[in-house]
Amino acid sequence: MEYKIKIENIISENDVCLFMKGTPDSPQCGFSMAVSNALKHLNVNFKGINVLDDENLRQGIKEFSDWPTIPQLYVKKEFIGGCDIVKEMFEKGELKKLFEDKKII
Amino acid sequence: MPLPVDEITKLIKKSLPDATIEIKDLMGDNNHYAATIKSSQFNNLSKIEQHKLVYKSLEGKMGNELHALSITTEGK
Repeated sequence: MEYKIKIENIISENDVCLFMKGTPDSPQCGFSMAVSNALKHLNVNFKGINVLDDENLRQGIKEFSDWPTIPQLYVKKEFIGGCDIVKEMFEKGELKKLFEDKKII
Repeated sequence: MPLPVDEITKLIKKSLPDATIEIKDLMGDNNHYAATIKSSQFNNLSKIEQHKLVYKSLEGKMGNELHALSITTEGK
């Protein structure tokens, strides 16, 4: 249960959190890079959390959201989706709208 | 352990019998796929819920044996 508190702290303290493999400057996986690039493109200030640094967190985040893959994007504590969903939202302009509606950009 | 296309299709069909499934092997390595899945079971569900149904149908293989499967879902 410890990881759950840790995750809740991370997503409470940061409006936009991306749980990813690697860091925004040095992504270690194409899917993580795609989401990170979409956020950068929209000039969103986000916290990248490298799950490769912490195996418990890597497993923990999957249980937390009941979602089996990384990356995972959270906005104001809400799970938005993984790479496919975020990419689709980005392409349709829905991601920009979400950030505007949430007053992030 | 790569998972062949037939196996993925079979697993998805088991949970979503009316699904139309199109799977592309992106690199020809049985390991990087893109799937487009249409099913009436997706109707009125959020994208997250739709993708979760697909992940559930893969019985825990996603993120394990199956490394890279990008998913596009649609209702029908």
